[in-house]
Amino acid sequence: MATESGISTQLRGRSTDLDPETGLAVDAALAGLDALDIPTVQRRPLAARAWAATWPKIGALALFLLLWQVVVWSGWKPTYVLPGPGKALSEFGSRLGTNHFWDALARTLVRALEGYALAVVIGVVVGVAVSRSAVLRTAVGSFITALQTMPSIVWFPLAILLFKLSESAILFVVVLGAAPSVANGVIYGVDYVPPLLVRVGRSMGARGFSLYRYVVAPAALPSVLAGLKQGWAFCWRSLMAGELLVIVPGHPSVGADLQNSRELLDTVGVMASMITIFVVGVLVDTAFNIADQRMRVRRGLVAEGTSAVRAARGGRGRGMAGGGVDPVGGSGDGTVPHQPVDGGAGGADGGHAGGAG
Amino acid sequence: MTAVRSDTAVRIDGVSRFFGAGAARVQALDNVSLDVRSGEFLCLLGASGCGKSTLLGLIAGLDAPSAGTVDTTGRRAGMMFQDSALLPWLTAGGNIEVPLRLRGIRRGERRERVERLLAMVRLAGLADKRPHELSGGMRQRVSLARAFAQEADILCMDEPFGALDAMTRDLLHDELERIWRETGVTVIFVTHDVREAVRLGDRIVLLSSRPGRVAEIFDVDIERPRRIDSARVAELATTVTTRLREEVGRHGH
Ligand SMILES: Nc1ncnc2c1ncn2[C@@H]1O[C@H](COP(=O)(O)OP(=O)(O)OP(=O)(O)O)[C@@H](O)[C@H]1O
Ligand SMILES: [Mg+2]
Repeated sequence: MATESGISTQLRGRSTDLDPETGLAVDAALAGLDALDIPTVQRRPLAARAWAATWPKIGALALFLLLWQVVVWSGWKPTYVLPGPGKALSEFGSRLGTNHFWDALARTLVRALEGYALAVVIGVVVGVAVSRSAVLRTAVGSFITALQTMPSIVWFPLAILLFKLSESAILFVVVLGAAPSVANGVIYGVDYVPPLLVRVGRSMGARGFSLYRYVVAPAALPSVLAGLKQGWAFCWRSLMAGELLVIVPGHPSVGADLQNSRELLDTVGVMASMITIFVVGVLVDTAFNIADQRMRVRRGLVAEGTSAVRAARGGRGRGMAGGGVDPVGGSGDGTVPHQPVDGGAGGADGGHAGGAG
Repeated sequence: MTAVRSDTAVRIDGVSRFFGAGAARVQALDNVSLDVRSGEFLCLLGASGCGKSTLLGLIAGLDAPSAGTVDTTGRRAGMMFQDSALLPWLTAGGNIEVPLRLRGIRRGERRERVERLLAMVRLAGLADKRPHELSGGMRQRVSLARAFAQEADILCMDEPFGALDAMTRDLLHDELERIWRETGVTVIFVTHDVREAVRLGDRIVLLSSRPGRVAEIFDVDIERPRRIDSARVAELATTVTTRLREEVGRHGH
């Protein structure tokens, strides 16, 4: 009778059985069938993948620098107003050797991380609360989006009145800028959890917190990650606006440097600061993209290093010509499939038996 | 825990289920009454859209009836879904582990059980594969292993073997029958396949379509072990199929 001792304790993983009728080693036969089912994938060498991922970026950058240089050569503005990329880059390079640069960068990054961390905590708490409560949703749901669309710079007059020219004023605006995006990411993520997966969780006995832990949170992750990424963008923008406006005496920062250079009519210095801001943006974006890519690979949303949509488009033409499975071309920066033959039905014949052992 | 169990595992009494409202209102089930005996292997048979999945959802407590009552007499119902419904962010092994984690089983033991369950569904060694790396039939087998891992008293299975080749399916029939016999779990098994129902069931409940009603209940008096291609199975399957055709035909499908 059904007892708590349960089922799986009674399972015996029998390794080889002989089918009573055919005398075939059925497990071997099944293993053969299954081997056909699993695509074996060979990864391209790391160097090749890294190159495939970087050359388009390098190309785009080179093109941009070239255009810049062409504008400078055209003589549209005198070079003390618009210097060429060579000057700006060499100024940036020489700054890398100064303590002041690293002090300023460190302060800016600490401000960014503090503000961002606080925004993430607030955003997640508010997001979860709103997604769970109908009252809260009607109460503050649309305010969150309204808040998100407010340019952060309009908060500064209030922030300065409240907190004076202090770190708190900057933090206040950074958090207000970033938290709504994070909250919205959480809300949308929870709203779009497939009901089937919630049923799966509930059928396995997950309720309340455990349902969130095992189903809702991981299912909402893509949207949450998008919210985090957008939140970072808002955080970084708000911070830069803040550092231009709120210059705390004795606290060097990237924004303060930028403002200083402007006041000294030092265009090269302005550009060097902007390069710093740009580089930080690119690095953080790359980190988010790596996390996003990993997640999509794990969930099978990426086919051979490209999006599933692209892969499906690329596969169609060949699939029709060749019949059966569609080998996705070795495009993109991912992996090259090593496709087993035999696309179709009728794989159950004995010919495959013992194919893998 | 040691309380005496009633002989009836599930009491379904006058259950109706409507979906939607107004003109778009659909009646999936109409006044279904059915007792599932404890330890019974019950097969639910019926045309597509007749309300089989809806009924299973009600039994598993995932959904509430519009009218009537479903009583699982204090027993816990587990579910294997029609689509394999694996959690796409977990590996095959990770999926099977979830119900074990939810029941608070220790890590070492979990790993051991996952291995055993995977071996049972003939997927030993594939614990680290992601659902999208598996074929449809393999995903269904992972889903089957996950259903067993729940160790529920009542196991609801929604067309569990639909995507399998005949050979794998026959093996899993044997395996399912063995586990059912050894554990005494009550199985409610939905299928489109009449022979499969005759191969496995103690009783076969035939549902009519639109709305779903109990059209007829067949007792399967064929001694086990049965073979799906045996003459007696084929004979009863023919009778049931004839009756099923009548039901389907009556609703103009
Ligand atoms: N959530 C829902 N909303 C609206 N209608 C629904 C819903 N779920 C089921 N139905 C309707 O209820 C009826 C029964 O559906 P159900 O999924 O139970 O059928 P089924 O017997 O399992 O079919 P199949 O064999 O094709 O899986 C169908 O007409 C379907 O359209
Ligand atoms: Mg169904």
